[in-house]
Amino acid sequence: MAQVEETLKRIEASKGVIGTILVNAEGIPIRTTLDNSTTVQYAELLCQLSMLARTTVRDIDPQNDLTFLRIRSKKHEIMVALENNYLLIVIQNPCE
Amino acid sequence: MEIVHVYTKDREEFGRQCLLSDRPAELLLDVLPDQNLASNFIQRSHRDQAVQAGRQVSEHQVNTERFESDSCGINHVEGGWPKDINPLDMEQTIRFRKKAEKDESYLNSIPQLGSVAEHCGRQNNAVDIYQEPFDGWEEVEESPEPPSAKTINIFRDPNEVKRTVTGLSWHPDGGRKLAAAYSCLDFQKASRDMSLDSYIWDVENPNRPELTLKPASPLVCLDYNPKDPHTLVGGSYNGQIVYWDTRRGSQPVELSSVEHSHRDPVYKIIWLQSKTGTDAFSASTDGQVLWWDVRRLSEPTERLVLDPTREGNLDRALGAISLEFEATMPTKFMVGTEQGLVVSCNRKAKTPTEKIVCTYDGHHGPVYALQRNPFFPKNFLTVGDWTARIWSEDIKESSIMCTKYQMSYLTDACWSPVRPSVFFTLKMDGMLDVWDILFKQSDPTLSLKVCDRALYSLRVQDNGRLVACGSQQGETTLLEICSELSTLQKNEKSLLAAMFERETKREKILEARQREIRLKERSRSEQSREEEIGREDGEDDPDQLIARAERDFYNQVEAELKRREMREEEALRVSHSCSLISSHFHLRASLSGRCIHCGSPGQVHTKHAGLHLSPTHLSSSDQRMFSNIHQVSFHVL
Repeated sequence: MAQVEETLKRIEASKGVIGTILVNAEGIPIRTTLDNSTTVQYAELLCQLSMLARTTVRDIDPQNDLTFLRIRSKKHEIMVALENNYLLIVIQNPCE
Repeated sequence: MEIVHVYTKDREEFGRQCLLSDRPAELLLDVLPDQNLASNFIQRSHRDQAVQAGRQVSEHQVNTERFESDSCGINHVEGGWPKDINPLDMEQTIRFRKKAEKDESYLNSIPQLGSVAEHCGRQNNAVDIYQEPFDGWEEVEESPEPPSAKTINIFRDPNEVKRTVTGLSWHPDGGRKLAAAYSCLDFQKASRDMSLDSYIWDVENPNRPELTLKPASPLVCLDYNPKDPHTLVGGSYNGQIVYWDTRRGSQPVELSSVEHSHRDPVYKIIWLQSKTGTDAFSASTDGQVLWWDVRRLSEPTERLVLDPTREGNLDRALGAISLEFEATMPTKFMVGTEQGLVVSCNRKAKTPTEKIVCTYDGHHGPVYALQRNPFFPKNFLTVGDWTARIWSEDIKESSIMCTKYQMSYLTDACWSPVRPSVFFTLKMDGMLDVWDILFKQSDPTLSLKVCDRALYSLRVQDNGRLVACGSQQGETTLLEICSELSTLQKNEKSLLAAMFERETKREKILEARQREIRLKERSRSEQSREEEIGREDGEDDPDQLIARAERDFYNQVEAELKRREMREEEALRVSHSCSLISSHFHLRASLSGRCIHCGSPGQVHTKHAGLHLSPTHLSSSDQRMFSNIHQVSFHVL
């Protein structure tokens, strides 16, 4: 439990990170550092997107599975890590 | 042939099952060819005939219906919560969350997730992995493509009766919206069921106007307030000024009173720079320029009569058709008139006589457009009759640059807000010309046919890429200009400044020379005048001139009549002298310059004699002569 906390805290405090959202299998945000409406929006949209990406990967090779999804946009980068139906969404502003 | 085959079947065998059996072939009948019968038939000649078995196809053209699209957004609502938990109840959600955090799989997954995410995060911080590898290197000079422009959208007047787009104005904030004024400027051609509305269009949606503006009389021009993008002011056909606030709907917020407005359609209205941001001024062909404060439209705040003799006399005033105002020079403004003069005025002058500073005379017809160059405010562009001219403020005699006479009338023009040497003009044959005076001065750099009807109004958006032009049929076409014509080139400003200076200097020299010549003439004529004192050589007054013109005219008419009489006499003489024609047919006589050509025995033609005589009209003596020459048609034309 403490390890979990520590890991999450470390990510949240990383350089350039705007926000972190942890979503469970049902699409409910468990932990978040952003406000509610933004969290809900991100959770819903990224859940759908990662499901779609996952099915794409598995259609091509059924043995394969999606582990990580990175969306780079003009303003920032959204990183989605998938494990066991849990989603960890990190929004980072990469400083170059 | 009497061969008959009889087939019999016993009645008792009816309905019996057929029992079929094999039988060898039996010759029942053999009919041999009978050669005698062949004589009844004729063998036809062989003929080649083409036969084609082809499928019948037909061609149709189909035009899809304009598809209307609507954009809408989705609102995300919380979901996914199990049935027993109310998502709005904070306690329940917190409790659920806490429970979820204690889950086995949660505890196992998080470290994995965490490490992966952290790795990527750190990677981002270390190196920009999406960096363009060749960024920042010297830009390769792209080979110049020919300039082009593309039509993006066409906004059509939704009404049945189409009206001309007489005024356009872009929304000041980013140009997402375009306001267009529709009216019919042909004198008394406006039909009674013509709609009075004008529209504001959203650039993305050509299907439906975003907002309808409903004035009391059709709008001839309108302008968005650059300070407050929700307000618009428009000038209407009956001379009134109308003020709208788009937040308050389609009805005008205020109308100017009819007694104090213009007496002719308001051709141009522009917002002014003022502290309150509520001042505008308008111009119309009744000869007045009126200043308004939109908070109180019942009366104009100031009035100027465009009288070139500076007496404020409305009868002698010039009708104004275009206005020009540059925010960087708030006290000066210019008015383009119907008579082809451009009047430069100073607003802050103390007395009305000083208000009109000077005039520039250059066009044969109304000056339809007038605009200062946004980068070089001392130079301005005017358009009228068949040319576009560029002027310098200092040279009042003539323009410093002029395009050659085009094939059709120019109706509107404006400078590009991003490139100082580019301007756009519209013509009555539906062409949009883009001129780049640094590149080519004799012809437009790009000439586009926008539509088949005349184009009347033009506006460039502030970013310089989008151009809206309005046509006579109520269509507003939105064009995107290629990037070369809408991005500032290097050294452009300095080159253009040099060009303007050069032209201005040339004009100055020419002007000085003209003045010298005039002075010499005057001094010479004064000398000769002193020698001729006593001779009345003054100007005829108009009556004498008219009398002289009349006299000349009548003399001419009489001379012509006399000439005709002479011709008729000649013709009659010819017909009588035909009896002298002998039987040789090659006759060439010239009757006071006109020839008779005799080609073949049957034709004698005379040209230009003025009378039509057929042989029946001739006297009997002539007819006798004619009997020797048969088939003569004597046409005296």
